[in-house]
Amino acid sequence: MNNVLIFIRRYAHFLFFLCLQIFSIYLIVHYNKYHNAVFSSSMNQFTGAVNTQYNRIQEYLALKKENEKLARANEQLQNQQLRNFENTDTVQRLVIDSVALDTLGTRRKWMYLRAKVVSNSVAMQNNFIVLHRGSQQQLKEGMGVVDPGNGVVGKIIEVSDDYAVVISLLSKTNDFKVSAKLKKGGETGSIGWDGKEPNLLTLNDIRKSADVKKGDTVLTSGQTTTFPFGLPIGTVEEVIPEKSTNNFKIMVRSSANFYNLQYINAIENLEKDKIEGMLKKAEKKIGVN
Amino acid sequence: MSVLVKNITRFILFILVQYFVLDQVHLHRLVTPYVYFLFVIWMPFSTNRSIQMLIAFALGFTLDSFRHQPGFHTAACVMIAYLRPFLVKLLIPQEGADSNYDEPSPKSFGGIFPYFIFISILTIIHHGWLFLLEAWQFGNIWYFLVKTLLSTAVSLLMIIIAELLFVRKQKFRTNTV
Repeated sequence: MNNVLIFIRRYAHFLFFLCLQIFSIYLIVHYNKYHNAVFSSSMNQFTGAVNTQYNRIQEYLALKKENEKLARANEQLQNQQLRNFENTDTVQRLVIDSVALDTLGTRRKWMYLRAKVVSNSVAMQNNFIVLHRGSQQQLKEGMGVVDPGNGVVGKIIEVSDDYAVVISLLSKTNDFKVSAKLKKGGETGSIGWDGKEPNLLTLNDIRKSADVKKGDTVLTSGQTTTFPFGLPIGTVEEVIPEKSTNNFKIMVRSSANFYNLQYINAIENLEKDKIEGMLKKAEKKIGVN
Repeated sequence: MSVLVKNITRFILFILVQYFVLDQVHLHRLVTPYVYFLFVIWMPFSTNRSIQMLIAFALGFTLDSFRHQPGFHTAACVMIAYLRPFLVKLLIPQEGADSNYDEPSPKSFGGIFPYFIFISILTIIHHGWLFLLEAWQFGNIWYFLVKTLLSTAVSLLMIIIAELLFVRKQKFRTNTV
């Protein structure tokens, strides 16, 4: 017993060092998976608050560029307004309908929620974006995130009261992939990132029979509940045939610029619960799980 | 300024500079310069070794919290905090120099050359361990090996600039104090 105590005393520093190292490695293994990307909601609140302060300065410097972008978006929206269009026949009248569920049977399915980016990274292997909008402002886990030009950015994975963390499309983890579609041929695949150059994504699972060329558009497929159909993801940069499989590996230049995200839109699927509830019921019926 | 206040200020400044300036500068995808661990290198000689490791742990953990990837910098900082006293014993020229000065600097090491070696070794260990863990977690060993070498070179350059810009006055303390 005495010898054990002497041993511990002699190597106290080394044992303490080992403990700390093992704890660090435990953190790495346990928390760097997609599900646990944010390890504590309180730490998230704290770093979010610091980021907000810094962002107030940064935002001021980028005001000019942001103004231009907003003006452009404004112009586009103004042009879409109904009062710009004239009806020549007097039988029709313009009516503004404020009822959510109108008589033609259309319902709102997607809802855009604006949020400010307070922290963003592109240099790591898994990149995260922090938004200054949280569960008290209607953000939920699992919502898709796009930039002002509708280009896909990522997906919300963690919300605290006032902040939300988005896993960026620039993430190497296999747990986050976006279902994508080639605009021309309609082939679907999954889009991810190889961890090398920011703004350059990889599109996998496209058969070699597909007709793909440089410059083709890649869209969201609309087959998941996260993104609506037809949002731009990027344009084809390079088509590389994989040697061992029957698929292409396609390099895609993203349409969202991940370097200068200032404001983004989170997209809520108002029918998500319905769809997922039905899927669960169907799975139960045939005895899965 | 007391040693405690000085070190707390340094802690906060290094974290802010590292996360808000250096992490946002994208020189190249293979180069990410790190300077914040200079805090660990500059810690006073006299601090208890376990306390040193604990402070280094806190430093790494804070940076990791900002980057949302816990563990990597924590492990690297603890590693250099553990190895630092051995290197000090090995490289400091005359007996008792580490009790005559507060913290490592070219003056307490008796010249720029031994101090530079001291810093280089700790930088390589920090970067090596950091990128080894990243390689283990994310694959692709060659990519990370090249990244280690290039990042070490750039980090060292920035550390030298930092040392030249912020000259630390080191008073000689006699043993009788």
